Amino acid sequence: MTSIQKNRLKDQLFKFWGIACTLIGLVMLVIFIGGILVDGLSRIDWAFITDLPSRKPEKSGIWTPLMGSVWVLVLTAIISFPISVAAGVYLEEYAKKNRLSALLEINISNLAGVPSIIYGLLGLEVFVRIMNLGASVLAGALTLSLLILPIIIVATREAIKAVPNSIRDASYALGASKWQTIWNQILPASSGGILTGVILALSRAVGETAPLIVVGALAYVPFAPQGPLDQFSVLPIQIFNWISRPQQGFIDNAAAAIIILLLITFIMNGIAVYFRNKWQKKLQ
Amino acid sequence: MRKIKELIIEKSLLSSALVTIAVTIGIILVLAIEAFLFFKEVSIFDFFTDTQWTPLFTEKHYGILPLLSGTLLTTFIAISVALPIGLSISIYLSEYAPRSFRKTIKPLLELLAAVPSVVYGFFALVVVTPYLQQFMPSLSGFNSLSAGIVMGIMIIPFVSSLSEDALFAVPKSLREASYGMGATRLQTAFKVVVPAASSGIIVSIILAISRAIGETMIVAIAAGQQPRLTLDPTVPVETITAYIVQVSLGDVQHGSLEYRTIFAAGITLFVFTFLLNTLSFRIRKKYREKYD
Repeated sequence: MTSIQKNRLKDQLFKFWGIACTLIGLVMLVIFIGGILVDGLSRIDWAFITDLPSRKPEKSGIWTPLMGSVWVLVLTAIISFPISVAAGVYLEEYAKKNRLSALLEINISNLAGVPSIIYGLLGLEVFVRIMNLGASVLAGALTLSLLILPIIIVATREAIKAVPNSIRDASYALGASKWQTIWNQILPASSGGILTGVILALSRAVGETAPLIVVGALAYVPFAPQGPLDQFSVLPIQIFNWISRPQQGFIDNAAAAIIILLLITFIMNGIAVYFRNKWQKKLQ
Repeated sequence: MRKIKELIIEKSLLSSALVTIAVTIGIILVLAIEAFLFFKEVSIFDFFTDTQWTPLFTEKHYGILPLLSGTLLTTFIAISVALPIGLSISIYLSEYAPRSFRKTIKPLLELLAAVPSVVYGFFALVVVTPYLQQFMPSLSGFNSLSAGIVMGIMIIPFVSSLSEDALFAVPKSLREASYGMGATRLQTAFKVVVPAASSGIIVSIILAISRAIGETMIVAIAAGQQPRLTLDPTVPVETITAYIVQVSLGDVQHGSLEYRTIFAAGITLFVFTFLLNTLSFRIRKKYREKYD
């Protein structure tokens, strides 16, 4: 074999290796989700969704953690959305190239890499203890809001960056002020991208477990929360709790609850991708 | 009037941006104050040299080394899985794959990172460990091996996505010069494109390590809750993050020494990830200047 043939062979081999690597992660995911469907699908019925937790696995439902997740998600969206979009607009439209904006930038990039459990420690001390909110839905939502702040800020900046300058110039030429230009032109034009970022960030929040455990969310709550200061549990914590039990019945419950959690996560991701595609087409 | 309104708006937007600074200061203050109170009672020398971590036992030891070794062991296993696979994927996608394939497969790969980590924990404990036990009968029910492998699968997209962006950004002219010399795609990829994109690839690896160190639920579920100073991947260990979860699930009195241990553990974790993140940010800044 000449060295040219050898090199061509190596080239071909790497190609197959590359395809194998690309598929292995996805194949694992499919096997895994398939296994969970086998374990959990038979457990899912209307009663599983609407029943309260119980000591007997076959009688347990996910109503309270599901409602807890909904509460946390809604509050997190309400708290994080205005702050992070405002911060993104500031950084992209107002900030001058000075030390403050350089500091803000490195800081946000750093916050995005802080482990989620550290946000839990922050929430435990500041929201639960100092602000005396206790282990409430509100304390959990505030903690998760801080966690997803950097994600939405980055998405907002990307979305605003994608708006063509001609739109800005046209608005200024008509005599609009800076804020009028942002409010009437730039934000509507970038809304699709911002929305995508917000939904992706919230889909991450709905799967977060560790920070809420640290904040003090409970594994067992007898009733769904009625207000923002009530105790709560969330779906991932309920799953964690069921996984830690020895009986097979609870493992099946965990698999069933995972199906619901994955359904929520994937639907949110799907909606985000749909918005992004629609928005990108509109921009072009 | 209009000017005043514009000014008020600008300042309120600025204050929203400053919230992010407040979060960082908050994290550092909270960790530092509680850790300071902790180190008033436990000597910092013992913390770094004692080889046992037993704050919840009657005979108490406060050596972080077992938690640190657990964290580094699971991280090492995860990176050993994610690095070769992630890099191969990125090279394949940027140098070999047709554009349409690349466009469909990238969002699918990112789905791997979108799955909540508690779900991966379930996978590691209920599927991977029993499967591995068929070949390794001595494998304990909780171990760092399956936790690490599953964590590695989870962080594949962290490596592949960022590396692929870096590879893709390498100018076409470099590749064409290499092809013109008669090099194959493989030779071009490893001798021209990868070196040219090396800083971006290094950033992706650093971020993946930082992510693995801070990962919590997989290790809390599948690696066990027994702090032990070992490099044996088949026995139960405990990571820093898993310890914080363990204490949070229990009923620990606020202000007690046990309560403060989670902040001492937390600040250790924070320092590690902070250094890694700062390093990656520095490299990324430099790299951006090189290509724009």
